[in-house]
Amino acid sequence: MIEVIDAGVATTLQDRGRPGWAWLGVPPSGALDRSSYEAANALVGNTDGQAALEITGGGVTLRCVDSHVLAVTGAACPGVPMDAAFTAGPGHEIRFEPPTQGFRTYLAVAGGFVARPVLGSRSRDQLSALGPEPVRRGDILDVDGARTWAHGERPPASLMLRPRAAPDVVRIWPGPRDDWFADAIGHLVGHAWRIGDDIGRVGLRLVGSPLRRTRLGELPSEGMITGAIQVPHDGQPIVLLADHPTTGGYPVVAVVDPQDVDRLAHLRPGDHLRFEAAPGAGSGPRVV
Amino acid sequence: MTVPVRPYGPRAVLVETHSPVALAPLLRLVVGVEEVVPGACTVLVLHDGRPDVDRSVADVVRMLESGDAPAAESATAPAPPPVTIDVVYDGPDLEEVARMSGLGVDEVVDLHTSALHVSAFCGFAPGFAYLEGLPAALHVPRRSTPRTRVPAGSVAIAGPYSAVYPTGSPGGWRLLGRTSAVVWDAAADDPALLAPGTSVRFRSVTRLADGEVS
Repeated sequence: MIEVIDAGVATTLQDRGRPGWAWLGVPPSGALDRSSYEAANALVGNTDGQAALEITGGGVTLRCVDSHVLAVTGAACPGVPMDAAFTAGPGHEIRFEPPTQGFRTYLAVAGGFVARPVLGSRSRDQLSALGPEPVRRGDILDVDGARTWAHGERPPASLMLRPRAAPDVVRIWPGPRDDWFADAIGHLVGHAWRIGDDIGRVGLRLVGSPLRRTRLGELPSEGMITGAIQVPHDGQPIVLLADHPTTGGYPVVAVVDPQDVDRLAHLRPGDHLRFEAAPGAGSGPRVV
Repeated sequence: MTVPVRPYGPRAVLVETHSPVALAPLLRLVVGVEEVVPGACTVLVLHDGRPDVDRSVADVVRMLESGDAPAAESATAPAPPPVTIDVVYDGPDLEEVARMSGLGVDEVVDLHTSALHVSAFCGFAPGFAYLEGLPAALHVPRRSTPRTRVPAGSVAIAGPYSAVYPTGSPGGWRLLGRTSAVVWDAAADDPALLAPGTSVRFRSVTRLADGEVS
């Protein structure tokens, strides 16, 4: 078990999410920086998508009640061993100071954190309020003890992982409704953007030169995906993250390349961002 | 014949269609397709990025529209009876809806309960189904100012749709009444009562029994 001394501002259990339920209005959820989450689990020998802690902007203090094998990946928190498994004995305190680069940090424990799954996942969906409650001060986090390492047994080797920082440039593909604007991709690529007010795991608000519609009327609700860039009436784009609404009536003009979606997890309000067209992204729909 | 299959990045396409509920289960069968999400007049198809998935999707759409599609099992089996949802029609917007439609309150209730509603798609929240079949006389716009809190079980209309709010949430739809029917239960085998394709009748009652639905 691990006790929460300081919970930080947005600390939740996350795993591989609950994809496949969007047809019933359920967001996919899951760790925002999926590759960092997977690496943390791999380091402690978890192979089945066990739940890890997703920590936002540091500010968390945990105390081990029992001995645990842990690993921390994602945004580097000063003072915490990164990208390597380590053993923490009873009473050991771990303080996650705010990272100077990147925004989301993952703590995996051998065996995984225990929580009641909802639709097969222990991920906390911030939009729908599905899954275990966000972590609070005083919480005692249960760990599945069946997979702890025997005393003296060597933990897995560390991994060489690229340091996580906010991306400067993110690659985008055309979206299904780019024809509601004059040159949506050109506008996104040709301007600088700043991350606006925090809407957490649901999306990233972008502040910059507004996109202006060339087409009037309302768009009937249609499905949306993680990484989609939608443009509401004020012309300020929103990049959807894992807890996004499953349908919406604002035109989606572009989509972040799947290989860049994990990096979106490391953007925070005030950061600057630019886009570039993904190589291989044709212009306009392919006529089939 | 070209088919409107719009690219949605390298792992998804958006299909425009007049029959999302009929098309979605057929697209689910295409090799490489991982998930389908019906919308008002679209189906979003998430796939694994293999080449030519968009062509396979277009082929299925063409088959459906030309009448050659293999009938999905559910299409040939007898349709399940509609779900009946008991409603106490005492919602805070009922009188205003009557005024906007130029009808009496009783007529509004009669129109709502005599229609056969069908779930077209879900969105906004888990289990929130957009139900088609609302008579045209009751097509009213949303409130200009949404409520900060609509109670779970609220029965509401907006535009051409009816809905039952699965949990408390903000909402701008017009509230006609309330039900104790459970439309979302994440722990159930079928968590959504009103999954796309489900047909629904609303029944006016004077009192709600807890969790009653037939």
